[in-house]
Amino acid sequence: MIDFLITPLKYEFIVHAIAAGILIGILCGIIGVYIVLRGMSYIGHGLSHAAFGGAVIGYISSVNLYIAAGIWGLLSALLINLITRGKKIKADAAIGIVTTASFALGVALISRIRRFTKNLEAVLFGNILGVTTEDLVIIGAVTLIVIIVFFFLYKQMLFVAFDPESATVYGIRVNWIDTIFSVILAASIIVSLQVLGVTLIAAAIIIPASTARLLTNNFHKMFFLSIIISVFTSVAGIYVSFYLNAASGATIVLLGALIFTIVLIQNYIHRRIMEHEHVHVHSHGGIVHHHKHIDKEEHRHEHKEKA
Amino acid sequence: MQEQTMIEIKDLSCKYGNNEIFKGINLKIEKGIFAGIVGPNGSGKTTLIKSMLGVIKPTNGKVSVNGGLVKNRPSSNIGYIPQLEAIEWDFPVTVEQAVMMGRYNKMGIFPWPDKKDKRIVRDVLERLSIIQYINHHIKTLSGGEQQRVFLARALASEPELLILDEPTSGVDLKTQHDILHFLLSLNKKGITIILITHDLNAVAAHLPWIICFNKGIIAEGRPEDVFKPNILKKTYNADVTVLRSGSLILMANAKPLNTDD
Repeated sequence: MIDFLITPLKYEFIVHAIAAGILIGILCGIIGVYIVLRGMSYIGHGLSHAAFGGAVIGYISSVNLYIAAGIWGLLSALLINLITRGKKIKADAAIGIVTTASFALGVALISRIRRFTKNLEAVLFGNILGVTTEDLVIIGAVTLIVIIVFFFLYKQMLFVAFDPESATVYGIRVNWIDTIFSVILAASIIVSLQVLGVTLIAAAIIIPASTARLLTNNFHKMFFLSIIISVFTSVAGIYVSFYLNAASGATIVLLGALIFTIVLIQNYIHRRIMEHEHVHVHSHGGIVHHHKHIDKEEHRHEHKEKA
Repeated sequence: MQEQTMIEIKDLSCKYGNNEIFKGINLKIEKGIFAGIVGPNGSGKTTLIKSMLGVIKPTNGKVSVNGGLVKNRPSSNIGYIPQLEAIEWDFPVTVEQAVMMGRYNKMGIFPWPDKKDKRIVRDVLERLSIIQYINHHIKTLSGGEQQRVFLARALASEPELLILDEPTSGVDLKTQHDILHFLLSLNKKGITIILITHDLNAVAAHLPWIICFNKGIIAEGRPEDVFKPNILKKTYNADVTVLRSGSLILMANAKPLNTDD
Protein backbone atom coordinates (compact mmCIF):
# COMPACT_ATOMS: atom_id res chain seq x y z
CA MET A 1 0.00 0.00 0.00
CA ILE A 2 2.80 2.40 0.96
CA ASP A 3 4.56 1.55 -2.30
CA PHE A 4 1.31 2.27 -4.13
CA LEU A 5 1.27 5.76 -2.62
CA ILE A 6 5.00 6.52 -2.80
CA THR A 7 5.93 5.23 -6.28
CA PRO A 8 4.22 8.04 -8.25
CA LEU A 9 5.85 10.65 -5.97
CA LYS A 10 9.25 9.80 -7.45
CA TYR A 11 8.20 11.83 -10.49
CA GLU A 12 8.27 15.61 -10.14
CA PHE A 13 5.32 16.08 -12.51
CA ILE A 14 3.17 13.85 -10.30
CA VAL A 15 4.15 15.82 -7.17
CA HIS A 16 3.15 19.01 -9.02
CA ALA A 17 -0.06 17.36 -10.18
CA ILE A 18 -0.99 16.27 -6.63
CA ALA A 19 -0.24 19.74 -5.25
CA ALA A 20 -2.41 21.25 -8.00
CA GLY A 21 -5.09 18.61 -7.32
CA ILE A 22 -5.20 19.53 -3.60
CA LEU A 23 -5.46 23.26 -4.36
CA ILE A 24 -8.07 22.82 -7.12
CA GLY A 25 -9.91 20.39 -4.82
CA ILE A 26 -10.17 23.04 -2.09
CA LEU A 27 -11.19 25.67 -4.66
CA CYS A 28 -13.90 23.55 -6.34
CA GLY A 29 -15.14 22.24 -2.97
CA ILE A 30 -15.73 25.77 -1.66
CA ILE A 31 -17.14 27.33 -4.84
CA GLY A 32 -19.31 24.26 -5.53
CA VAL A 33 -21.34 24.60 -2.32
CA TYR A 34 -22.47 28.10 -3.23
CA ILE A 35 -23.10 27.21 -6.89
CA VAL A 36 -25.17 24.11 -6.06
CA LEU A 37 -27.24 25.79 -3.33
CA ARG A 38 -28.00 28.85 -5.47
CA GLY A 39 -28.94 26.65 -8.45
CA MET A 40 -26.18 28.23 -10.57
CA SER A 41 -24.64 25.01 -11.93
CA TYR A 42 -25.17 26.14 -15.50
CA ILE A 43 -23.05 29.29 -15.05
CA GLY A 44 -19.93 27.27 -14.13
CA HIS A 45 -20.47 25.12 -17.19
CA GLY A 46 -21.14 28.16 -19.38
CA LEU A 47 -18.26 30.36 -18.21
CA SER A 48 -15.72 27.60 -18.74
CA HIS A 49 -16.96 27.14 -22.34
CA ALA A 50 -16.95 30.91 -22.93
CA ALA A 51 -13.31 30.99 -21.77
CA PHE A 52 -12.40 28.60 -24.60
CA GLY A 53 -13.32 31.26 -27.20
CA GLY A 54 -11.01 33.70 -25.39
CA ALA A 55 -8.20 31.16 -25.21
CA VAL A 56 -8.32 30.60 -29.00
CA ILE A 57 -8.33 34.36 -29.66
CA GLY A 58 -5.36 34.65 -27.28
CA TYR A 59 -3.56 31.87 -29.15
CA ILE A 60 -4.13 33.52 -32.55
CA SER A 61 -3.09 36.97 -31.34
CA SER A 62 -0.11 35.58 -29.39
CA VAL A 63 -1.51 36.73 -26.03
CA ASN A 64 -1.21 34.42 -23.01
CA LEU A 65 -4.04 31.86 -23.32
CA TYR A 66 -5.14 32.17 -19.72
CA ILE A 67 -5.13 35.97 -19.62
CA ALA A 68 -7.20 36.03 -22.84
CA ALA A 69 -9.55 33.36 -21.46
CA GLY A 70 -9.94 35.33 -18.23
CA ILE A 71 -10.77 38.61 -19.98
CA TRP A 72 -13.17 36.82 -22.37
CA GLY A 73 -14.86 35.03 -19.48
CA LEU A 74 -15.36 38.31 -17.61
CA LEU A 75 -16.76 40.02 -20.74
CA SER A 76 -19.14 37.09 -21.22
CA ALA A 77 -20.38 37.41 -17.63
CA LEU A 78 -20.99 41.16 -18.15
CA LEU A 79 -22.81 40.50 -21.43
CA ILE A 80 -25.04 37.90 -19.71
CA ASN A 81 -25.86 40.51 -17.05
CA LEU A 82 -26.69 43.08 -19.73
CA ILE A 83 -29.02 40.72 -21.64
CA THR A 84 -30.91 39.63 -18.51
CA ARG A 85 -31.39 43.21 -17.32
CA GLY A 86 -34.23 43.62 -19.86
CA LYS A 87 -36.05 40.77 -17.98
CA LYS A 88 -37.54 39.24 -21.16
CA ILE A 89 -34.58 36.88 -21.52
CA LYS A 90 -33.88 34.83 -18.40
CA ALA A 91 -30.41 34.04 -17.09
CA ASP A 92 -30.33 30.40 -18.27
CA ALA A 93 -31.17 31.42 -21.86
CA ALA A 94 -28.62 34.28 -21.80
CA ILE A 95 -25.91 31.95 -20.46
CA GLY A 96 -26.77 29.40 -23.18
CA ILE A 97 -26.55 32.00 -25.97
CA VAL A 98 -23.43 33.92 -24.88
CA THR A 99 -21.28 31.04 -23.69
CA THR A 100 -22.12 28.59 -26.48
CA ALA A 101 -21.55 31.35 -29.07
CA SER A 102 -18.14 32.00 -27.45
CA PHE A 103 -17.30 28.31 -27.59
CA ALA A 104 -18.50 28.16 -31.23
CA LEU A 105 -16.28 31.14 -32.05
CA GLY A 106 -13.30 29.21 -30.67
CA VAL A 107 -14.20 26.13 -32.74
CA ALA A 108 -14.72 28.23 -35.91
CA LEU A 109 -11.36 30.00 -35.50
CA ILE A 110 -9.56 26.70 -34.98
CA SER A 111 -11.17 25.28 -38.12
CA ARG A 112 -9.97 28.34 -40.10
CA ILE A 113 -6.35 28.09 -38.96
CA ARG A 114 -6.45 24.26 -39.09
CA ARG A 115 -3.97 23.93 -36.23
CA PHE A 116 -4.72 22.38 -32.93
CA THR A 117 -1.83 22.69 -30.56
CA LYS A 118 -1.08 20.96 -27.30
CA ASN A 119 -1.88 24.20 -25.46
CA LEU A 120 -5.40 24.40 -26.87
CA GLU A 121 -5.91 20.70 -26.20
CA ALA A 122 -4.96 21.39 -22.56
CA VAL A 123 -7.58 24.18 -22.39
CA LEU A 124 -10.23 21.76 -23.68
CA PHE A 125 -9.37 18.62 -21.73
CA GLY A 126 -6.88 19.72 -19.09
CA ASN A 127 -3.28 18.64 -18.63
CA ILE A 128 -2.66 18.10 -14.97
CA LEU A 129 0.64 16.40 -15.70
CA GLY A 130 1.98 19.58 -17.31
CA VAL A 131 1.54 21.81 -14.24
CA THR A 132 4.60 24.01 -13.67
CA THR A 133 5.80 25.68 -10.47
CA GLU A 134 4.49 29.02 -11.81
CA ASP A 135 1.06 27.43 -12.37
CA LEU A 136 1.10 26.18 -8.78
CA VAL A 137 1.90 29.66 -7.46
CA ILE A 138 -1.04 31.16 -9.43
CA ILE A 139 -3.47 28.38 -8.40
CA GLY A 140 -2.28 28.72 -4.78
CA ALA A 141 -2.78 32.50 -4.80
CA VAL A 142 -6.34 32.21 -6.16
CA THR A 143 -7.15 29.43 -3.66
CA LEU A 144 -5.86 31.60 -0.81
CA ILE A 145 -7.95 34.58 -1.99
CA VAL A 146 -11.07 32.40 -2.24
CA ILE A 147 -10.47 31.01 1.29
CA ILE A 148 -10.06 34.55 2.69
CA VAL A 149 -13.17 35.83 0.87
CA PHE A 150 -15.30 32.90 2.07
CA PHE A 151 -13.94 33.21 5.63
CA PHE A 152 -14.99 36.84 5.97
CA LEU A 153 -18.18 36.60 3.87
CA TYR A 154 -19.29 33.14 5.04
CA LYS A 155 -22.32 34.46 6.95
CA GLN A 156 -23.39 36.74 4.13
CA MET A 157 -22.93 34.00 1.49
CA LEU A 158 -25.02 31.57 3.56
CA PHE A 159 -27.85 34.08 4.09
CA VAL A 160 -27.90 35.14 0.41
CA ALA A 161 -27.93 31.51 -0.77
CA PHE A 162 -30.78 30.63 1.61
CA ASP A 163 -33.06 33.66 1.44
CA PRO A 164 -31.73 36.54 -0.72
CA GLU A 165 -34.76 38.78 -0.21
CA SER A 166 -34.64 38.61 3.59
CA ALA A 167 -30.85 38.99 3.47
CA THR A 168 -31.39 42.44 1.92
CA VAL A 169 -33.80 43.36 4.71
CA TYR A 170 -31.27 42.24 7.34
CA GLY A 171 -28.65 44.59 5.91
CA ILE A 172 -26.68 42.34 3.54
CA ARG A 173 -25.71 43.89 0.19
CA VAL A 174 -26.83 41.03 -2.06
CA ASN A 175 -25.59 42.71 -5.28
CA TRP A 176 -22.13 43.07 -3.79
CA ILE A 177 -22.05 39.44 -2.72
CA ASP A 178 -23.15 38.35 -6.23
CA THR A 179 -20.49 40.51 -7.90
CA ILE A 180 -17.70 39.30 -5.59
CA PHE A 181 -18.77 35.70 -6.19
CA SER A 182 -18.82 36.18 -9.99
CA VAL A 183 -15.23 37.50 -9.89
CA ILE A 184 -13.88 34.65 -7.72
CA LEU A 185 -15.83 32.11 -9.82
CA ALA A 186 -14.27 33.44 -13.04
CA ALA A 187 -10.79 33.41 -11.44
CA SER A 188 -11.30 29.85 -10.15
CA ILE A 189 -12.42 28.62 -13.56
CA ILE A 190 -9.44 30.18 -15.33
CA VAL A 191 -6.85 28.68 -12.95
CA SER A 192 -8.60 25.30 -13.14
CA LEU A 193 -8.50 25.25 -16.96
CA GLN A 194 -4.90 23.98 -17.01
CA VAL A 195 -5.76 21.10 -14.70
CA LEU A 196 -9.26 20.04 -15.71
CA GLY A 197 -10.05 21.71 -19.04
CA VAL A 198 -13.18 23.49 -20.29
CA THR A 199 -15.14 20.29 -20.65
CA LEU A 200 -14.59 18.93 -17.13
CA ILE A 201 -14.51 21.93 -14.79
CA ALA A 202 -18.26 22.20 -14.22
CA ALA A 203 -18.49 18.56 -13.10
CA ALA A 204 -15.50 18.97 -10.77
CA ILE A 205 -17.22 21.96 -9.13
CA ILE A 206 -20.71 20.48 -8.86
CA ILE A 207 -20.13 16.80 -7.97
CA PRO A 208 -18.39 17.14 -4.55
CA ALA A 209 -20.91 19.74 -3.31
CA SER A 210 -23.85 17.64 -4.54
CA THR A 211 -22.43 14.55 -2.83
CA ALA A 212 -21.98 16.54 0.39
CA ARG A 213 -25.59 17.76 0.12
CA LEU A 214 -26.76 14.15 0.06
CA LEU A 215 -24.77 13.41 3.21
CA THR A 216 -25.97 16.22 5.47
CA ASN A 217 -28.73 18.72 6.17
CA ASN A 218 -26.32 21.03 7.97
CA PHE A 219 -24.73 23.85 5.93
CA HIS A 220 -21.48 23.98 7.95
CA LYS A 221 -20.98 20.22 7.61
CA MET A 222 -21.86 20.35 3.90
CA PHE A 223 -19.19 23.02 3.40
CA PHE A 224 -16.40 20.95 4.96
CA LEU A 225 -17.59 17.64 3.47
CA SER A 226 -17.58 19.21 0.00
CA ILE A 227 -13.94 20.31 0.43
CA ILE A 228 -12.88 16.90 1.81
CA ILE A 229 -14.63 14.98 -1.01
CA SER A 230 -13.25 17.35 -3.63
CA VAL A 231 -9.63 17.07 -2.39
CA PHE A 232 -9.96 13.30 -1.99
CA THR A 233 -11.31 12.77 -5.54
CA SER A 234 -8.62 15.06 -7.00
CA VAL A 235 -5.71 13.26 -5.31
CA ALA A 236 -7.18 9.75 -5.67
CA GLY A 237 -8.05 10.52 -9.31
CA ILE A 238 -4.42 11.43 -10.04
CA TYR A 239 -3.20 8.16 -8.48
CA VAL A 240 -5.77 6.12 -10.40
CA SER A 241 -4.92 7.88 -13.66
CA PHE A 242 -1.21 7.20 -13.02
CA TYR A 243 -1.74 3.48 -12.57
CA LEU A 244 -4.39 3.08 -15.31
CA ASN A 245 -2.55 5.43 -17.68
CA ALA A 246 -5.81 7.31 -18.25
CA ALA A 247 -6.46 11.06 -18.65
CA SER A 248 -6.21 12.59 -15.16
CA GLY A 249 -9.00 15.22 -15.46
CA ALA A 250 -11.46 12.62 -16.73
CA THR A 251 -10.43 10.15 -14.01
CA ILE A 252 -11.00 12.77 -11.29
CA VAL A 253 -14.49 13.53 -12.61
CA LEU A 254 -15.36 9.82 -13.04
CA LEU A 255 -14.20 9.05 -9.50
CA GLY A 256 -16.33 11.94 -8.20
CA ALA A 257 -19.33 10.64 -10.16
CA LEU A 258 -18.75 7.13 -8.74
CA ILE A 259 -18.71 8.44 -5.14
CA PHE A 260 -21.84 10.51 -5.87
CA THR A 261 -23.62 7.41 -7.25
CA ILE A 262 -22.68 5.31 -4.21
CA VAL A 263 -23.93 8.00 -1.81
CA LEU A 264 -27.10 8.44 -3.88
CA ILE A 265 -27.88 4.70 -3.71
CA GLN A 266 -27.07 4.60 0.03
CA ASN A 267 -29.35 7.62 0.54
CA TYR A 268 -32.17 5.98 -1.41
CA ILE A 269 -31.91 2.75 0.60
CA HIS A 270 -31.78 4.72 3.88
CA ARG A 271 -34.89 6.71 2.88
CA ARG A 272 -36.77 3.55 1.95
CA ILE A 273 -35.95 2.04 5.34
CA MET A 274 -36.84 5.26 7.22
CA GLU A 275 -40.03 5.90 5.32
CA HIS A 276 -41.38 2.37 5.35
CA GLU A 277 -45.10 2.40 5.50
CA HIS A 278 -47.22 0.34 7.82
CA VAL A 279 -50.79 0.50 9.05
CA HIS A 280 -50.82 2.35 12.35
CA VAL A 281 -53.78 1.80 14.66
CA HIS A 282 -54.54 4.14 17.51
CA SER A 283 -57.58 5.45 19.32
CA HIS A 284 -58.78 8.55 21.06
CA GLY A 285 -62.21 9.33 22.47
CA GLY A 286 -63.09 5.65 22.12
CA ILE A 287 -62.82 5.82 18.33
CA VAL A 288 -60.26 3.52 16.71
CA HIS A 289 -58.35 4.93 13.71
CA HIS A 290 -56.37 3.12 11.02
CA HIS A 291 -53.80 5.20 9.20
CA LYS A 292 -50.94 4.61 6.85
CA HIS A 293 -47.91 5.55 8.93
CA ILE A 294 -44.61 7.04 7.80
CA ASP A 295 -41.52 7.30 9.99
CA LYS A 296 -39.80 10.58 9.29
CA GLU A 297 -36.39 11.98 10.18
CA GLU A 298 -35.66 12.92 13.82
CA HIS A 299 -38.25 10.39 15.08
CA ARG A 300 -41.11 12.65 14.03
CA HIS A 301 -43.95 11.25 12.04
CA GLU A 302 -47.10 12.27 10.26
CA HIS A 303 -50.27 10.50 9.24
CA LYS A 304 -51.43 9.85 5.73
CA GLU A 305 -55.10 9.97 4.85
CA LYS A 306 -57.11 7.03 6.05
CA ALA A 307 -56.24 3.97 3.97
CA MET B 1 -43.60 64.45 16.49
CA GLN B 2 -41.16 63.02 13.93
CA GLU B 3 -39.78 60.42 16.38
CA GLN B 4 -43.33 59.10 16.99
CA THR B 5 -43.63 57.98 13.37
CA MET B 6 -42.26 54.54 12.49
CA ILE B 7 -43.12 54.55 8.77
CA GLU B 8 -43.91 57.50 6.56
CA ILE B 9 -44.82 56.97 2.91
CA LYS B 10 -45.14 59.99 0.62
CA ASP B 11 -46.59 59.90 -2.90
CA LEU B 12 -45.37 56.32 -3.46
CA SER B 13 -45.81 54.65 -6.86
CA CYS B 14 -44.62 51.20 -7.95
CA LYS B 15 -44.55 49.47 -11.33
CA TYR B 16 -43.53 46.02 -12.59
CA GLY B 17 -42.50 46.72 -16.18
CA ASN B 18 -45.43 48.61 -17.70
CA ASN B 19 -47.85 47.26 -15.11
CA GLU B 20 -48.66 49.92 -12.54
CA ILE B 21 -49.20 48.31 -9.12
CA PHE B 22 -50.24 51.47 -7.28
CA LYS B 23 -49.81 55.22 -7.54
CA GLY B 24 -49.54 58.15 -5.15
CA ILE B 25 -49.79 56.30 -1.82
CA ASN B 26 -49.52 58.36 1.37
CA LEU B 27 -49.42 56.55 4.69
CA LYS B 28 -48.16 57.22 8.19
CA ILE B 29 -47.71 54.42 10.72
CA GLU B 30 -47.06 55.46 14.29
CA LYS B 31 -44.56 53.74 16.56
CA GLY B 32 -46.01 50.99 18.73
CA ILE B 33 -48.92 50.21 16.42
CA PHE B 34 -50.05 46.66 15.52
CA ALA B 35 -51.58 46.96 12.07
CA GLY B 36 -52.98 44.46 9.60
CA ILE B 37 -53.05 45.14 5.86
CA VAL B 38 -55.94 43.36 4.15
CA GLY B 39 -56.98 43.27 0.52
CA PRO B 40 -57.52 40.90 -2.42
CA ASN B 41 -54.80 39.04 -4.33
CA GLY B 42 -52.95 41.32 -6.72
CA SER B 43 -53.93 44.47 -4.84
CA GLY B 44 -50.29 45.44 -4.19
CA LYS B 45 -50.06 44.61 -0.45
CA THR B 46 -46.82 42.66 -0.79
CA THR B 47 -45.34 45.34 -3.09
CA LEU B 48 -46.26 47.95 -0.46
CA ILE B 49 -44.43 46.14 2.36
CA LYS B 50 -41.48 45.32 0.11
CA SER B 51 -41.09 49.01 -0.61
CA MET B 52 -41.09 49.60 3.19
CA LEU B 53 -38.39 46.94 3.47
CA GLY B 54 -36.23 48.46 0.73
CA VAL B 55 -36.45 45.28 -1.37
CA ILE B 56 -38.35 46.99 -4.20
CA LYS B 57 -37.30 50.31 -5.70
CA PRO B 58 -40.37 52.52 -6.17
CA THR B 59 -40.87 54.40 -9.43
CA ASN B 60 -41.76 57.52 -7.48
CA GLY B 61 -42.12 58.77 -3.91
CA LYS B 62 -40.32 58.27 -0.64
CA VAL B 63 -40.44 55.79 2.22
CA SER B 64 -38.95 56.64 5.61
CA VAL B 65 -38.55 54.14 8.42
CA ASN B 66 -37.82 55.48 11.89
CA GLY B 67 -36.83 58.85 10.44
CA GLY B 68 -34.35 57.43 7.89
CA LEU B 69 -34.98 57.30 4.17
CA VAL B 70 -35.30 53.78 2.72
CA LYS B 71 -33.57 53.44 -0.65
CA ASN B 72 -32.20 50.06 -1.56
CA ARG B 73 -31.73 49.00 2.05
CA PRO B 74 -33.80 49.58 5.18
CA SER B 75 -32.44 52.22 7.50
CA SER B 76 -33.90 50.83 10.69
CA ASN B 77 -33.83 47.63 12.67
CA ILE B 78 -36.50 45.61 10.92
CA GLY B 79 -37.44 41.99 11.49
CA TYR B 80 -39.01 40.43 8.39
CA ILE B 81 -40.95 37.19 8.15
CA PRO B 82 -41.53 36.19 4.51
CA GLN B 83 -44.31 33.94 3.24
CA LEU B 84 -43.51 30.31 4.05
CA GLU B 85 -44.14 29.42 0.40
CA ALA B 86 -41.12 31.55 -0.53
CA ILE B 87 -38.73 29.48 1.60
CA GLU B 88 -36.61 26.73 0.06
CA TRP B 89 -37.23 24.01 2.64
CA ASP B 90 -34.64 21.60 1.20
CA PHE B 91 -31.85 24.08 1.90
CA PRO B 92 -29.40 22.50 4.36
CA VAL B 93 -29.85 24.63 7.47
CA THR B 94 -30.77 23.62 11.00
CA VAL B 95 -33.19 25.63 13.12
CA GLU B 96 -30.27 27.22 14.99
CA GLN B 97 -28.49 28.20 11.75
CA ALA B 98 -31.67 29.73 10.29
CA VAL B 99 -32.39 31.73 13.45
CA MET B 100 -28.75 32.83 13.81
CA MET B 101 -29.10 34.64 10.44
CA GLY B 102 -31.10 37.25 12.34
CA ARG B 103 -27.90 38.05 14.30
CA TYR B 104 -25.60 38.33 11.27
CA ASN B 105 -25.74 42.12 10.99
CA LYS B 106 -24.82 42.37 14.68
CA MET B 107 -22.00 39.82 14.64
CA GLY B 108 -18.34 40.75 14.12
CA ILE B 109 -16.30 39.97 11.00
CA PHE B 110 -15.63 36.36 12.01
CA PRO B 111 -18.02 33.67 10.75
CA TRP B 112 -18.81 32.18 14.14
CA PRO B 113 -21.28 33.55 16.72
CA ASP B 114 -20.07 34.61 20.18
CA LYS B 115 -21.63 33.61 23.52
CA LYS B 116 -24.07 36.54 23.44
CA ASP B 117 -25.38 35.61 19.97
CA LYS B 118 -25.81 31.97 21.02
CA ARG B 119 -27.60 33.00 24.21
CA ILE B 120 -29.99 35.33 22.37
CA VAL B 121 -30.86 32.61 19.84
CA ARG B 122 -31.48 30.04 22.60
CA ASP B 123 -33.61 32.54 24.55
CA VAL B 124 -35.77 33.29 21.52
CA LEU B 125 -36.20 29.58 20.72
CA GLU B 126 -37.22 28.95 24.33
CA ARG B 127 -39.75 31.81 24.27
CA LEU B 128 -41.28 30.34 21.13
CA SER B 129 -41.22 26.77 22.56
CA ILE B 130 -39.10 25.32 19.75
CA ILE B 131 -35.80 24.96 21.63
CA GLN B 132 -36.12 21.15 21.40
CA TYR B 133 -35.72 21.39 17.61
CA ILE B 134 -32.55 23.52 17.72
CA ASN B 135 -30.46 20.97 15.79
CA HIS B 136 -33.24 19.75 13.51
CA HIS B 137 -33.37 20.46 9.80
CA ILE B 138 -36.03 23.13 9.11
CA LYS B 139 -37.95 20.84 6.77
CA THR B 140 -38.71 18.30 9.52
CA LEU B 141 -40.87 20.78 11.48
CA SER B 142 -44.63 21.24 11.21
CA GLY B 143 -46.10 24.36 9.52
CA GLY B 144 -46.67 26.15 12.82
CA GLU B 145 -43.16 25.33 14.07
CA GLN B 146 -41.65 26.52 10.78
CA GLN B 147 -43.53 29.80 11.12
CA ARG B 148 -42.07 30.17 14.62
CA VAL B 149 -38.53 29.57 13.30
CA PHE B 150 -38.84 32.64 11.07
CA LEU B 151 -40.45 34.62 13.86
CA ALA B 152 -37.47 33.59 16.01
CA ARG B 153 -35.05 34.76 13.29
CA ALA B 154 -36.77 38.13 13.23
CA LEU B 155 -36.73 38.45 17.05
CA ALA B 156 -33.06 37.44 17.22
CA SER B 157 -32.29 40.66 15.34
CA GLU B 158 -33.84 42.60 18.26
CA PRO B 159 -36.13 44.60 15.95
CA GLU B 160 -38.06 47.79 16.60
CA LEU B 161 -40.35 46.98 13.68
CA LEU B 162 -41.69 43.57 12.63
CA ILE B 163 -43.14 43.05 9.16
CA LEU B 164 -44.87 39.74 8.43
CA ASP B 165 -46.17 38.53 5.07
CA GLU B 166 -49.18 36.25 5.67
CA PRO B 167 -47.97 34.66 8.93
CA THR B 168 -51.30 32.93 9.51
CA SER B 169 -51.70 31.24 6.13
CA GLY B 170 -51.34 27.48 5.99
CA VAL B 171 -51.49 26.96 9.76
CA ASP B 172 -54.34 25.54 11.86
CA LEU B 173 -56.69 27.67 13.98
CA LYS B 174 -54.88 26.98 17.26
CA THR B 175 -51.48 27.91 15.79
CA GLN B 176 -53.01 31.00 14.16
CA HIS B 177 -54.40 32.06 17.54
CA ASP B 178 -51.05 31.37 19.27
CA ILE B 179 -49.08 33.36 16.68
CA LEU B 180 -51.40 36.39 16.88
CA HIS B 181 -51.37 36.31 20.69
CA PHE B 182 -47.60 36.09 20.73
CA LEU B 183 -47.43 39.07 18.35
CA LEU B 184 -49.81 40.99 20.62
CA SER B 185 -47.51 40.33 23.59
CA LEU B 186 -44.53 41.60 21.56
CA ASN B 187 -46.51 44.69 20.57
CA LYS B 188 -47.25 45.38 24.24
CA LYS B 189 -43.47 45.42 24.83
CA GLY B 190 -43.19 48.26 22.30
CA ILE B 191 -42.45 46.54 18.98
CA THR B 192 -44.31 48.04 16.03
CA ILE B 193 -45.92 45.26 13.97
CA ILE B 194 -47.35 45.26 10.46
CA LEU B 195 -48.74 42.11 8.90
CA ILE B 196 -50.47 41.13 5.69
CA THR B 197 -53.25 38.62 5.94
CA HIS B 198 -56.30 37.26 4.13
CA ASP B 199 -57.93 36.12 7.35
CA LEU B 200 -60.38 38.94 8.13
CA ASN B 201 -62.00 37.23 11.11
CA ALA B 202 -58.69 36.55 12.84
CA VAL B 203 -57.45 40.14 12.44
CA ALA B 204 -60.85 41.52 13.52
CA ALA B 205 -60.53 39.54 16.76
CA HIS B 206 -56.85 40.26 17.48
CA LEU B 207 -55.56 43.42 15.77
CA PRO B 208 -56.20 46.96 16.98
CA TRP B 209 -55.60 48.66 13.58
CA ILE B 210 -56.58 47.67 10.03
CA ILE B 211 -55.55 49.08 6.65
CA CYS B 212 -57.81 48.08 3.74
CA PHE B 213 -55.75 48.13 0.55
CA ASN B 214 -56.52 47.67 -3.12
CA LYS B 215 -54.06 49.53 -5.34
CA GLY B 216 -54.45 52.32 -2.81
CA ILE B 217 -55.59 52.83 0.77
CA ILE B 218 -59.35 52.34 0.88
CA ALA B 219 -59.69 52.88 4.63
CA GLU B 220 -57.74 52.59 7.87
CA GLY B 221 -58.82 52.48 11.47
CA ARG B 222 -60.02 50.19 14.24
CA PRO B 223 -61.66 46.93 13.10
CA GLU B 224 -65.13 48.09 14.21
CA ASP B 225 -64.76 51.25 12.10
CA VAL B 226 -63.27 49.61 9.02
CA PHE B 227 -64.97 46.25 8.70
CA LYS B 228 -68.20 47.56 7.18
CA PRO B 229 -69.94 46.16 4.09
CA ASN B 230 -69.38 49.30 1.97
CA ILE B 231 -65.64 49.48 2.75
CA LEU B 232 -65.16 45.74 2.23
CA LYS B 233 -67.06 45.90 -1.08
CA LYS B 234 -64.75 48.68 -2.23
CA THR B 235 -61.71 46.72 -1.07
CA TYR B 236 -62.65 43.31 -2.45
CA ASN B 237 -65.07 44.23 -5.29
CA ALA B 238 -67.39 41.66 -3.69
CA ASP B 239 -70.31 41.63 -1.30
CA VAL B 240 -69.25 40.74 2.22
CA THR B 241 -71.69 40.19 5.07
CA VAL B 242 -70.54 41.59 8.41
CA LEU B 243 -72.07 40.08 11.55
CA ARG B 244 -71.56 41.73 14.93
CA SER B 245 -72.16 40.19 18.32
CA GLY B 246 -70.91 42.41 21.11
CA SER B 247 -67.22 43.05 20.40
CA LEU B 248 -67.05 40.08 18.02
CA ILE B 249 -67.00 40.82 14.30
CA LEU B 250 -67.49 38.02 11.76
CA MET B 251 -67.27 38.37 8.01
CA ALA B 252 -68.51 35.99 5.34
CA ASN B 253 -69.09 35.85 1.63
CA ALA B 254 -72.58 37.31 1.19
CA LYS B 255 -73.68 34.98 -1.57
CA PRO B 256 -72.99 31.28 -0.98
CA LEU B 257 -71.91 29.33 -4.03
CA ASN B 258 -74.85 27.53 -5.59
CA THR B 259 -74.19 24.49 -7.72
CA ASP B 260 -77.29 25.37 -9.80
CA ASP B 261 -75.71 28.67 -10.89
